[in-house]
Amino acid sequence: MSLNTDFRDADRVRALLAAMTPVAGRVAARLGRPLQIMEVCGGHTHAIFRFGLHQLIPDTIEFIHGPGCPVCVLPVAAVDQAVALARQPNVILASFGDPLRVPGSRGSLLQAKAEGAGVRVLYSPYDALTLAKAHPRKQVVFFAIGFDTTMPGTAHSILAADRAGIGNLRFLCHHIRLIPTLTALLEADEVKLDGFVGPGHVSMVIGSRVYAPIARQYHKPLVIAGFEPVDFLQALYQLVLQLDQGRCDIENAYARVVADTGNPAALQAMEQAFESGVDGHWRGLGRVPGSGVRIRAPYRHLDATGLLAVAGPGKAADDPAWCHGVLTGRIKPDQCPLFRRRCTPEHPVGALMVSSEGACAAYYQYRPEQDHPEEARRD
Amino acid sequence: MTSAEKTITLAHGAGGGAMHGLIDGLFLSAFGDMPLLQKEDQARLPLAGLQARGDRLALTTDSFVVSPLEFPGGDIGKLAVCGTLNDLAVGGAVPLYLSAAFIIEEGLPLPLLQRLVGSMAEAARQAGVTIVTGDTKVVERGMADKLFINTTGVGVIPAGLTLSVAAARPGDKVLINGHVGDHGAAVMLAREELGLGGELASDCAALHTLIQPVLTQCAGVRCLRDATRGGLGGVLNEMAEASSVEIRLTEQDLPIRPQTQALCELLGLEPLLLANEGLAAMVIAPEQAEQALALWHAHPLGRHARIIGEVRAPASPGRLSLIGPYGGARLLEVPHGLQLPRIC
Repeated sequence: MSLNTDFRDADRVRALLAAMTPVAGRVAARLGRPLQIMEVCGGHTHAIFRFGLHQLIPDTIEFIHGPGCPVCVLPVAAVDQAVALARQPNVILASFGDPLRVPGSRGSLLQAKAEGAGVRVLYSPYDALTLAKAHPRKQVVFFAIGFDTTMPGTAHSILAADRAGIGNLRFLCHHIRLIPTLTALLEADEVKLDGFVGPGHVSMVIGSRVYAPIARQYHKPLVIAGFEPVDFLQALYQLVLQLDQGRCDIENAYARVVADTGNPAALQAMEQAFESGVDGHWRGLGRVPGSGVRIRAPYRHLDATGLLAVAGPGKAADDPAWCHGVLTGRIKPDQCPLFRRRCTPEHPVGALMVSSEGACAAYYQYRPEQDHPEEARRD
Repeated sequence: MTSAEKTITLAHGAGGGAMHGLIDGLFLSAFGDMPLLQKEDQARLPLAGLQARGDRLALTTDSFVVSPLEFPGGDIGKLAVCGTLNDLAVGGAVPLYLSAAFIIEEGLPLPLLQRLVGSMAEAARQAGVTIVTGDTKVVERGMADKLFINTTGVGVIPAGLTLSVAAARPGDKVLINGHVGDHGAAVMLAREELGLGGELASDCAALHTLIQPVLTQCAGVRCLRDATRGGLGGVLNEMAEASSVEIRLTEQDLPIRPQTQALCELLGLEPLLLANEGLAAMVIAPEQAEQALALWHAHPLGRHARIIGEVRAPASPGRLSLIGPYGGARLLEVPHGLQLPRIC
């Protein structure tokens, strides 16, 4: 199958929608309300709007846009640490592109860069090694964020930097783990969910088996999905079928990429470099027990937190409470009073407006169906 | 300039012998036209020639900063000529003269500067325009990024021709002459930060010979813009807003090279917001759209021209919408800030 043709094939999309619609209708009628489905990953949120799927999926299915965009859940304190480091003389703060716009209490990394701070955009954590070698008199700090998807890259880079004895490279790690997060969401009273569309990229690393407790303990079905329209709709269809049949399983609709056991090499590197089970702090969600990681003791000399005499957030508060409402599915982005008024991609107040994969940014960019009533629900 | 000199130094901008050597040995010999050779402080342009071609003077200026200075399909010199010519051409002007001002960072290799100036001269010669005046400044290392070029263009607009970004009407068709996003994608690949190979080349080209036949033969051309920074999405949003109409594109009809599409998928970027340097977007009366398309197809820079959408009555005034492959619509906003590559 070709990525840009078969997985976007209009006939396949139509067939899946046609098959899904009556089944979802049946389940919704039985429940007396629409199905509440959380797409965990911001990549899925983006795909839903990017391909106009939100106008085509039956309205008996309601999406709750999950917390699965690592940029969106990056806490103010983490941004403040990165900005403080970047402002130190002789420091180059290297980061992926999209964290640069996330607002901290003293501005974003992009603002710090404009004011002369040493900030560089990298496309891979490995590039931080090259950067450190190229600037031996500078202290290079890689701002490592992301879910289990990006952790293996950071882990390999930590191990490689240790092996090579690079003395001027540190890692400011704010990685977070997905499974403790899903568990925390399911423990929260206010979130009402019927099932999950599981994240494809994270699952590529951690596999499908690790989701078993979601089905066993919390009785929620989960189907892992890829990011093309056919991938996503196939997973959604399987999820709806499970709900119709009263089943509660973990299924993998992205088997061409995701193995049951994940990627052993990636998992091994993560295990070697990181200690799990540390409490993580998330923007919009607060403290999520066990969701954070820490660099293991043998590599602690590569941990940038040792450089952080200036650390700690500024006096400004965290995101507005509305962000928490969006992240937990209690309100849609356009129900937030700040949306499109004070909070825009140009001047984001909350982090969900920053990344293109944030629910608010997706709503802002693609505008839901009220703008195009004549196209809505067209099969 | 002696063969021993390998790089630009502050002396090349100091007004002494080194500077005169650079001007005579490089700029004048490359651009070598009157009135530049007269070495006056200003270009003196005969009015009669201008008056014979139209009834309005078109004047535009643009500064060019690009990294790397050389990339597949072009370089900053070619860009500095084509970009300014295109700004004249999309106003319907016949471009005639250019000025060229250089801000050079100390340490720029001379052979590189020679290549870039040569490329600029060649682009001007091919376009049939004359570089009539110029300026050179050398700044200390760290005060500029290798080389900045400013060009100002002068052209003449034929009588009776009025193009405006605010002139689109419901029913009009939207045409473009080539692939979307080639320049932006080629420059990203050329920066080698991505570690990706690829055969993409910038679309950098002067468009006036493509545009003028359509303007002389089709009276129904309403709006014309080159889609540079902000990309095609930026330009069409601007037309929609100024004309208080909705512009609607069919996503499947957009000519985007698979390599550009793949790069955008990888980085989470929108190809419609990538810069182009040889792409014009035209809004034209529907009854003349096919004729304009045929004229473009007959030109080497218009071989991939397509009708990509239409102007609609203002159900959503000032907006650019795209109909996807399954019939769903999405809106494309004016780009806000930089497009930044995503994390995963």
